[in-house]
Amino acid sequence: MTSTNAATAPAANPKAATPAEGALLTVQDLTTYFFTRQGLVKAVDGVSFELQRGETLAIVGESGCGKSITALSLMRLVPDPPGRILDKSRIVLDGVDVMKLDESAMRKVRGNDISMIFQEPMTSLNPVMTVGDQIAEVLLLHQGMTKAEATAKAVDMLRLVKIPTPEQRVREYPHQLSGGMRQRVMIAIAVACNPKVLIADEPTTALDVTIQAQILDLIVELQKKLGTAVILITHDLGVVAEAAQRVIVMYAGRKVEEASVEDLFGASLHPYTRGLLASIPRLDLIRGAEDTSPGRLQEIPGIVPALHDLPKGCAFAPRCTYADERCKAEYPAYEEKRPGHWAACWKSEIVAGGTNG
Amino acid sequence: MAEPRAQDLPIAPAAGGASLSNGTGTGPSQSANGKASAMAAEAAPVLEVRDLKKHFPVKKGLLRKTVGHVYAVDGVSFTIGRGETVGLVGESGCGKTTVGRTLLRLVEPTSGQILLDGKDVTNLSKNEFRPYRREMQIIFQDPFSSLDPRMTAGQIVSEPLEVHGEGDRSQRRERVAELFRRVGLRPQQMDNFPHQFSGGQRQRIGIARALALNPKLIIGDEPVSALDVSIQAQVINILMDLQKELGLSYLFISHNLAVVEHISHRIAVMYLGRIVEYADKKTIFTAPRHPYTEALLSAVPVPDPRVKRKKIVLDGDVPSPVKPPSGCHFHTRCPIAVARCKEESPALVEKAPGQFAACHLR
Amino acid sequence: MATADHQAELTRAGANINSSWSRFTYYVRRYPLGAAGALIVIAFVVIAIFAPFFATLDPTTTNARTSLAPPGGQHFLGADFMGRDMWSRIVYGARISLMVGIGSTVLGCFFGVIIGLLSGYYGGWLDLITQRFIDIMQALPLLVMALLMAASLGPSLENTIIAISIPIIPHVARVIRSNTLALREMPYVEAAKAVGMSETKIAFRHVLPNTIAPLIVLGTAQLGSAILTEASLSFLGLGVPEPHPSWGRMLSESAAEYVRTAPWLVIFPGIAISLAVFGTNLLGDAVRDILDPRQRS
Repeated sequence: MTSTNAATAPAANPKAATPAEGALLTVQDLTTYFFTRQGLVKAVDGVSFELQRGETLAIVGESGCGKSITALSLMRLVPDPPGRILDKSRIVLDGVDVMKLDESAMRKVRGNDISMIFQEPMTSLNPVMTVGDQIAEVLLLHQGMTKAEATAKAVDMLRLVKIPTPEQRVREYPHQLSGGMRQRVMIAIAVACNPKVLIADEPTTALDVTIQAQILDLIVELQKKLGTAVILITHDLGVVAEAAQRVIVMYAGRKVEEASVEDLFGASLHPYTRGLLASIPRLDLIRGAEDTSPGRLQEIPGIVPALHDLPKGCAFAPRCTYADERCKAEYPAYEEKRPGHWAACWKSEIVAGGTNG
Repeated sequence: MAEPRAQDLPIAPAAGGASLSNGTGTGPSQSANGKASAMAAEAAPVLEVRDLKKHFPVKKGLLRKTVGHVYAVDGVSFTIGRGETVGLVGESGCGKTTVGRTLLRLVEPTSGQILLDGKDVTNLSKNEFRPYRREMQIIFQDPFSSLDPRMTAGQIVSEPLEVHGEGDRSQRRERVAELFRRVGLRPQQMDNFPHQFSGGQRQRIGIARALALNPKLIIGDEPVSALDVSIQAQVINILMDLQKELGLSYLFISHNLAVVEHISHRIAVMYLGRIVEYADKKTIFTAPRHPYTEALLSAVPVPDPRVKRKKIVLDGDVPSPVKPPSGCHFHTRCPIAVARCKEESPALVEKAPGQFAACHLR
Repeated sequence: MATADHQAELTRAGANINSSWSRFTYYVRRYPLGAAGALIVIAFVVIAIFAPFFATLDPTTTNARTSLAPPGGQHFLGADFMGRDMWSRIVYGARISLMVGIGSTVLGCFFGVIIGLLSGYYGGWLDLITQRFIDIMQALPLLVMALLMAASLGPSLENTIIAISIPIIPHVARVIRSNTLALREMPYVEAAKAVGMSETKIAFRHVLPNTIAPLIVLGTAQLGSAILTEASLSFLGLGVPEPHPSWGRMLSESAAEYVRTAPWLVIFPGIAISLAVFGTNLLGDAVRDILDPRQRS
């Protein structure tokens, strides 16, 4: 698995020749709007973050919070129209300003420097191509391999993602594989070119619990082996706790909190994060509990606001038990409240006083 | 294959108190307000299922010849007591959804018995079964496709009342308004169409529809799986509040163990058409016997990075229910399987008081 | 941040619709061809309904002196060999075309919906038989089918409508059937079953209303071809009989003999037919795009 990527990537992006110190990926003020009949949908509104080499960064939030559009924006795959990444957004990958690349240069980045795994392993694979050909395709495209080399590499890749009898599987079609195997193939395609950044968008959501565990283990293991930086997009806080080092919590298109996993789960500073953590039933808490009669779950009242009709102040204020007049009038500043722990909340000190979970 | 399965039913004394007293039920109450008032602690369980099987034929070719069967449900037995929630968990294709659909006769069972309030309703005709539908209703997974987009929320909720000829228009409207309040919707929203509601609100409409006829039992087929985390908790709380107020029984079908753990009194774990373990919730989660239950529990990611635990990661995939493995269906993935497991199908037997498991080894 | 820039983009995307007028202007801008089609169709409908106001002369009055009069003067589109005013005949012809077009489309859709709904919802033998029957019907071209029907029924306005509606039935039945098959599996149908609603009631209450959108799409698409079929049948002498002025027959009466000497007898009915069909097709495409975005090519 020694990569040929180190040699080819600079050729594609001459500016990347000097290894940037610090962050591998820097995202500044990423803003993706959708212009729809309902109005201006601020799907991603001024999101900034950095991704370090070899780290796993989780982006969590509920449906419509903008986490998936953030991923698509990084790949510059937002459908236009109706969507558009505003010009003020900056995405710098290993010294290359991705926003300034033209479409053909961008195609060289996709699948090579940044690649993506999608939620639905059934529809993300081409049903009329063998899995081997689909893996070989990206290698032919990006690595300039010969057909024979690419096919041999495809077998290696299947072995890497722990598909049994890869020599045989490489000639099979997606419908001959189970859901878990297809997701493994998707992962093989995504890491075939040894990308710098792997974006996994709800990679385990469509899978069964036991298969979910397999895939999650595989992603964690591959990351260690290949040193790829991973952006893990999920709604499942359990997945975050098991696989990520750092977490970004998004709500209504904005980043509301960012911290290390330990800090976020241990002492969250945003009431939304706290609410989320408290509202999920926990399997690990029952063990040893005396009372078997189920109690009420803590719920977050109300509903997620519509992105085209956001409240004036903090988007979470209408559902927040801490909210006061200021929260409703003024969007809270996004500040570093503790070392390495950022949150956008006027009340974070009061929130911090409460117990977590 | 699973002959021993037809043995007497595993019944655990649980909250709500189900007990084994077959055939003493009085049939469904015909009164509109036969609520929980008539609840007798020692009456027959609300629902009793005996050796239920559903085999779907697999047809091929021009003449649609049956070339095999999908053994979706392959001998399942359980009971649900009054005011009790039984959780039915398992992975996709294990047959849990088919169990729910068979109970409601949305698909006809291949064999077995379904006893509602002690009365065998398995072989009733469609018309004979209709009055019993009042006793048993369903909440679906998808809050979007389970409501007719061309009907108003009020019409949707009042439909069961219309079908069973209850009240006149204004009485029905009043009842619908009451149901709306009960599930936390405003009665003014009755004239809105489903697309004007959020996912969680739509699921509330689905719950109100299921409640309209005052059923004793509600089958929840993954009722919160399609909802966002923060909305999930709201819906689970509503279901639990309703149970307390109305004495409802639930069959809660889900793949989400944490949710099932939270809401259920007793839990049945299914694998490839069979129940592999059945016990009260605490036993299942603190002292599981079946290796599949164990693996399933350990596979659930815990939302706490401080918890470091040993995960049992099962190899391979769930085999196809068209060709289930011989003997114990789980032996192909079981970490402790021995030769006997391949040959002989283990019976679901009481391993400890109230804990039933189908495993040769534990 | 240039908010003005966003406003312009939003207006283009169709936001800010707060009145029926702004909705109207949005659709016109979004589907200019469809709007043109709608305009043509509306013009035809208005002309058909108020034919007496638009016609300058009686369309059936003959006049030997004006036989084959060229366009201009009293007959501004000319007159045919019997001296009848072409403009007035085209105006009244619009009535016939629309009557036959709409009549046969509605009739065909009605039976198509019933057959498609029952065959899709109940399935089994009923479905098998109707499907094979529809296969056979669809194997014959629309025109041949209508021709066969018209020839066996005999020429009259009503029979023409029936003849043209017959080949529409299998088209509609097929689309409604496939829609019904999908709708039958919807959880809300299962919910109605779980409540104990009868199958027939479910079919008409939960399935039928949800097939309305594809039906409207199909209906507008069929309208144009129905008008064309009427013209073709009348051209072949199997359509609407005298004294009704039909565009198709106007063409056939003149095509052979007068196309060189009095081309206006051929050109103007031809333009009328093309325009009507063109208009309904444009409208049909736009309606499909609006109501059924999945079918967009």
